[in-house]
Amino acid sequence: MTQVSMTVNGQAANGDVEGRTLLSSFLRDQLGLTGTHIGCDTSQCGACVVHVNGEAVKSCTMLAVEADGAEVATIEGQAAEDGTLNAIQQAFQDNHGLQCGFCTPGMVMSATALLKDNPKPSEADIRAYLSGNICRCTGYHNIVKSILAASGQDVAGIAAE
Amino acid sequence: MPKDHGIGASPKRREDVRFLTGNGNYTDDINMNGQAYVHFLRSDVAHGTINSIDTAAAAAIPGVVKIFTSVDFEAVGGVPCGWEITDRHGNAMQEPKHPILAEGKVRYVGEMIAAVIAETAEIARDAAEVIEVDISDLPAVVNMKAAVVDGSPKVHDDLTSNLCYDWGFVEENRDAVDAAIKGAAHVTTLELVNNRLIANPMEPRVCIGDYDRPAGDHTLYTTSQNPHVIRLLMGAFVLGIPEHKLRVVSPDVGGGFGTKIFHYAEEAFCTFAAKACNRPVKWTSSRSEAFMSDAHGRDHVTKIELALDADNNFVAVRTDTHANMGAYLSTFAPSVPTWLHGTLMAGNYKTPLIYINVKAVFTNTVPVDAYRGAGRPEASFQLERVIDKAAHELGVDPIALRRQNFITEFPYATPVAVEYDTGDYHATMDKLEEMADFAGFDARRAESEKNGKLRGLGVNCYIEACGIAPSNLVGQLGARAGLYESATVRVNATGGLVVMTGSHSHGQGHETAFPQVIAEMIGIDESMIEIVHGDTSTVPMGMGTYGSRSLAVGGSAMVRATEKIINKAKKIAAHLMEASDADIELKDGTFSIAGTDKSVAWGDVTLAAYVPHNYPLEDIEPGLEETAFYDPANFTYPSGAYACEVEVDPDTGKVTIQRMIAADDFGNIVNPMIVDGQVHGGLAQGIGQALLEGCVYDDDGQLLSGSYMDYAMPRADDLPFYEVDHSCQTPCTHNPLGVKGCGEAGAIGSPPSVVNAVVNALRSAGKDVTHVDMPLSPNRVWEALNG
Repeated sequence: MTQVSMTVNGQAANGDVEGRTLLSSFLRDQLGLTGTHIGCDTSQCGACVVHVNGEAVKSCTMLAVEADGAEVATIEGQAAEDGTLNAIQQAFQDNHGLQCGFCTPGMVMSATALLKDNPKPSEADIRAYLSGNICRCTGYHNIVKSILAASGQDVAGIAAE
Repeated sequence: MPKDHGIGASPKRREDVRFLTGNGNYTDDINMNGQAYVHFLRSDVAHGTINSIDTAAAAAIPGVVKIFTSVDFEAVGGVPCGWEITDRHGNAMQEPKHPILAEGKVRYVGEMIAAVIAETAEIARDAAEVIEVDISDLPAVVNMKAAVVDGSPKVHDDLTSNLCYDWGFVEENRDAVDAAIKGAAHVTTLELVNNRLIANPMEPRVCIGDYDRPAGDHTLYTTSQNPHVIRLLMGAFVLGIPEHKLRVVSPDVGGGFGTKIFHYAEEAFCTFAAKACNRPVKWTSSRSEAFMSDAHGRDHVTKIELALDADNNFVAVRTDTHANMGAYLSTFAPSVPTWLHGTLMAGNYKTPLIYINVKAVFTNTVPVDAYRGAGRPEASFQLERVIDKAAHELGVDPIALRRQNFITEFPYATPVAVEYDTGDYHATMDKLEEMADFAGFDARRAESEKNGKLRGLGVNCYIEACGIAPSNLVGQLGARAGLYESATVRVNATGGLVVMTGSHSHGQGHETAFPQVIAEMIGIDESMIEIVHGDTSTVPMGMGTYGSRSLAVGGSAMVRATEKIINKAKKIAAHLMEASDADIELKDGTFSIAGTDKSVAWGDVTLAAYVPHNYPLEDIEPGLEETAFYDPANFTYPSGAYACEVEVDPDTGKVTIQRMIAADDFGNIVNPMIVDGQVHGGLAQGIGQALLEGCVYDDDGQLLSGSYMDYAMPRADDLPFYEVDHSCQTPCTHNPLGVKGCGEAGAIGSPPSVVNAVVNALRSAGKDVTHVDMPLSPNRVWEALNG
């Protein structure tokens, strides 16, 4: 067992882990942060995306020991302390960008990383960036729309009903 | 002006807040004190005899609690099948035993051989790896047609062959259909494959078994679309636990798409093992396990013939289908290629004579069962493809050929046993034409060609049967269950309502949409209404969510229960106002005496029900809680017209969807935003089937498409923005809401238009292509173009 310490959503977090323990497992099983989801075992689905030192990372591709000393942000830390959704979360709710909710934490964390680097992405930029996040419910339409809306772009004309 | 509440409004979904903040409560998020973990050792060969299983080395690993093999389940039943098909000779289908853990033989890659329970999931997995299993390989049965040839190896030694059933429908029409085809002016024939798919909800399956020894109570937490059905099947047929000693909970469930309907052996195992080990037992499926243990979908091989008279009227349809059952019969597997498929073969058309033959076949593959649409996509695909081919052969416009043969008078009794209550197929086609700008297609094609691309346009119609189902009818057809739904509406003293519904929401937004219905009926705010689902200890009964049935059946039960509430509340209001209950009106949450200004508020009446100081105790009981069971009189029949425009890169064969347009008739709509979302998701799965997804086995029964590296899930950059419309509304005539269901439409309606569009594009290059089998991968399209 190895002791790891990191900052998760601004709070100090410590634990003893096996060398093989994945960051995703550490977050879920030891810290109880079950908003980070495990949807595959080949690092394809993106349900487990978190931010490590400001970069989007699939937390199933990273060992917990590799995150020792890092700043980690998860879905649980995105809303304000009083529970108010942040702009990206709110855009997902406003635009029905989620159905079952399972891929949603990874989608929100990926969208957050995208908008940090590219504040006004095009539809094609968003679709390309999300190719590592699989959603089975929405057909992506309203996810792409949510991210366009979160970036302040007009979505009223998108594929009018 | 769109409505801001009630039926027809699109309030933001209340469930979103917990999902967007990481506060969902999915089954894998639940951990019990003292829980142990199970890892299943699964077969890595498709077919073989188990000579020995040596667990000694595994059992010696510290942290291993117990190891189970089939001998531990000798006193336990097999996994039951919920539907019995009678074949065309009047005989019952062949139904093999479906053991919890493999007994003597393994029959598919992924079948469970042994189970290790340990202190951690890692120890359980490590221990499973050192179990020594000696298996003598047997020849694998993979190809369906070869499987039913005399002399084929058998999947089950105790069955007479690999044929589960040979079903004819309508058998009495067989000779008449043959004669009509023989005498027809034109017959179009098409052979096609409806590709095998894997549902892949993003949340893998999870089960936790728990046992309260002093009380003798079992609890199963499971990722199910229908927890009551699991309680019934597992309790009554597998483990012998009566309903009152077995609670099944399905909390937030991360998508289902059919594959979480079924009762799986892992559920029975965890429930059984929790008692045997006297501690909670948890299983979390990996995605790799999901690929080889979740029931697969589709997998039909079909020959269809469409006969037309000299005026291009459809005169007969005849089909010959082989349908894969996999190695064992999953819960509803036998019903999918039969009643959910054959009864839809009239489509939107007045074809007078139809005969369907389906041979269901056992193979050494994962069991196959319902996947979004279930039988109806298979029906729609073959019919709409053969119509397109016929139009091409006859040199007529494919839309005109369809319109000419549309059913236009309702109710319409099809020659395949169902009666469409309502519809307007010209209206949805008109709407499609308005949205799609067919007149501008030639210019768009010219523009694509300027860029070196081929462009194609495909159109199709679809019809489906939803709102499953009238119990007396499905009972005659072999269902071993009723298919009603229940709801309990509990009104609290201060006026708030809790609705316990047997429907289950795993993405459909019931927590938001169901209150809209009750808010409309009573005239109160939706925030006063809470929806409870997914727990057999709180919901009286439920047949669950699948087949686009939640609102049509579950919603109708909720309406009936609410009507009972309103009737009782009117009696109380009448007493409070000293009036006759026949004179009481309810509007905007206020009871008034017709023609007067006397009124009492909703909250006054609900309080009186629980504080009955001034109350008609001689006539009615205190309290305000009602339950209703709703058994539908008929299926519902959503329909629509779809169009797809594609570009094909002739150098690579890659197909790009340029436009996907859906004009649906879902009857009345409760929440347009949610309906749009359901159609979007269905379209993505249909496009996925058409272009990307294919489950592939090799000749030895090895699953080649066993991960997201090999099974092409649709990604954001594979798909366009969709254009959807549901303004054509012919309300269902037999349920109180006039709703039809929308969950499966996109997956049913889109594959034929995608394939029609690609074939159209390839023909524009001068190629006489009549069909390409799905998925239309770049390789297949390139070969069609260059072959």
